[in-house]
Amino acid sequence: MSNPSNGLNLTAEEQAMLDGEHGPAVAMCMRIIVGVARANGAEKLIEIESAHADGTLYHGEAGLDFTEKLVELGGKVKVKTTTNVGSLDLLHPNLVHGDETLMSHGRRLMDAHIALGCEPTWSCAPYQAGHRPAFGSHVAWAESNAIAFVNSVLGARSDRYGDFLDLSAAVTGRVPFGGLHHDAARKAVLVLDFSEIDSRVFSEDAAWAALGVILGNRAGTRVAAMVGLPGDLSDGGVTEDRLKGMGATSASAGGVGLFHVVGVTPEAPTLEAIIAPNAEYLKMTTADVREARDTLSTTSSEKLDAVSLGTPHFSVDEFRALAEVIGDGPKFAENIDFYISTSRDVMARSKDLGYLDVFLTAGGRVVTDTCTYVTPVLNRDVKNVMTNSGKWAWYAPGNLGIDTVLGSLSECVASARAGKVVRDESLWS
Amino acid sequence: MVVIMTKVLTGKISHPGVAEGEVLLLTEPVSFWGGVDHHGEIIDVHHAQHKAKMTNKILVMPSGRGSSSATAVLAELIRTGDGPLAIVMLQCDTILVIGALVSAEIYGISLPIVELEQAEYDQLTDGMRVSVDARSDQEIATISF
Repeated sequence: MSNPSNGLNLTAEEQAMLDGEHGPAVAMCMRIIVGVARANGAEKLIEIESAHADGTLYHGEAGLDFTEKLVELGGKVKVKTTTNVGSLDLLHPNLVHGDETLMSHGRRLMDAHIALGCEPTWSCAPYQAGHRPAFGSHVAWAESNAIAFVNSVLGARSDRYGDFLDLSAAVTGRVPFGGLHHDAARKAVLVLDFSEIDSRVFSEDAAWAALGVILGNRAGTRVAAMVGLPGDLSDGGVTEDRLKGMGATSASAGGVGLFHVVGVTPEAPTLEAIIAPNAEYLKMTTADVREARDTLSTTSSEKLDAVSLGTPHFSVDEFRALAEVIGDGPKFAENIDFYISTSRDVMARSKDLGYLDVFLTAGGRVVTDTCTYVTPVLNRDVKNVMTNSGKWAWYAPGNLGIDTVLGSLSECVASARAGKVVRDESLWS
Repeated sequence: MVVIMTKVLTGKISHPGVAEGEVLLLTEPVSFWGGVDHHGEIIDVHHAQHKAKMTNKILVMPSGRGSSSATAVLAELIRTGDGPLAIVMLQCDTILVIGALVSAEIYGISLPIVELEQAEYDQLTDGMRVSVDARSDQEIATISF
C-alpha cells in the first residue's frame, strides 16, 4: 500500500480479505478497517465476538448508499450483530409522521441491515434486550450510550465506533487493536470525587443525569473514575439504569466511551486498580451537581405539553418502577402526551409482567424500534416537554426545537397528572 | 489576489486529501450528530459557536464529541458539499475519520483530516486562510498560511 508510515501487520487471512479473496463486500469493509487502523497507528487487527450496528437511523443518502452497496456486493455479518434504533416504529406505524423520503429511505435502511444478517433488535439499549457481551471480550459497538455501557458496566471492550465501521467490523469480524481495546487506555486519567455531597441528592434521578453532564464536561473523551457515589449495583443505590442514564448523558455532553464508578463497575473494585499515573483529581460540590442539572432544563415555565421517557430505551426495571409510581392513581391529564421509547423485547416482557398495561391504562403511549428525539413522533404543537433522561434533555432542544424540563420519574408522573410541571426542589436547596 | 504563504505547520495525516480555505476555529468540540444541521450550521444551543457555518471552511477544533452517528452526518455533508473542506484536531476523532473513509469509498471525495500538536494548533486563528496538504503518498501533513 502507498502509506510509507504503515506499521500495521495483517495476518494472511486479513490480507486475503483486503485483496478481495473473500468477495468485494469484505474487501471494501477491510479497506475501511485498515484505514482506521492506520489513522490510529494500530499494529494489528483483532477478532471481535459481537457488534452493535448504529447505521440504522436514516441521516441521509450516505448511510443508505453504503449499506445497500454492501448488500449489493453480497455482504453478510460474520458475528452476532444487533441493530440500533431506526427512523420508523415498525410496530406502531402511525406514530411517526415523517416526510415520505424519511419513511421510505428509513425503511430501506432497516431492510438492508436485515439483508446483511443483523438481528432486528432496533434498540439503543441492546444490553437490556438480550445482548450482553462477557467481561473482557472484544466487541465492536456503535451508538455512544451503548459504547459507554458495554465498556463501563459490562467490562467488555469496544472502542468508540460509529456507523459504517460497525458494519465493516461485523462483515470482517475484525477491528483495529487500539483505543479502549488496550489495557492501558482503560485506566482513569481523571478522578471525580463526590464524597462531600449529601448522599440524599443521589436518590434523585435528576442527579444522575447531572452527573452525566459533569462527567462529559470534565472528561471529554478521557477515562474518568468516580469516587464517593453511594451504594453498589446490588443494593439499589447505584442501579444499572442509573449508570445507563449517566453514561448516555456523559457521552452526549462529552465523548465518554468508558467510565469507572469505584466499588461499583466491574473493572474498578478499588481506585488503585484503575488509576493511571499522574491522574488529575477534582473534588465536586453540590453546587456543581445543581448547576449541571440546571443546564438540562431550558425553561422554568410551568406549562407542559408532553412527557418523554426512555432515552436510552426503557428497561423492564424502569417499567416496574413506573408501574409502582402510577399504581391505581388518576390518569394523565388530557393535554399531556406521555411517551415511552423502548425495545420491542422489553415491551413484550413488560406486558407479560403486567407493567405495560398500568402505563397504557393511565393514558400513556409506547414507541418501539425508534426514539422520540430522533424521528418525528411528538405533535407539532408541542413546546415544553418533561423527561427524566439527561440525554433526551441534552439533544431535544436542538433536534426538535422544543424546551425541556428535567425531573425525576415521580415528578414526571405527577406533572403528567397535573397537566403542568410539578417539581420538588427541597433536596436541592 | 496573490496570497503569500510563509508559515508551514506539520502534523499527522489521519485521512488523506488536500484543501484550501478559511479557518473556522471552534473553542470547544462539536458533535456532528445533533450539533450540526444538514446545511453545515452548528445548531447545538450549548455550543460557544452556536450558528457558525462550517461549509467550505477548514474546521479546526480540539476533538470530536458525542454520538457515534456523527460519521453518517459527516459523510452526508461531504456528499452534498455542505461540509467542511478539511478537519484539523488536537486529538483525532476516529468517528470523523470513518466518515471521511466512507465518503472516499462511495463518492470518491477525500476530506483531509490532520492531527496537530498543541504548539502547532495554537498558531491557527479563526478566519485565517490556510492550505492543507495531506496527500496519501506523504509521511506528514502540512498546513501553510
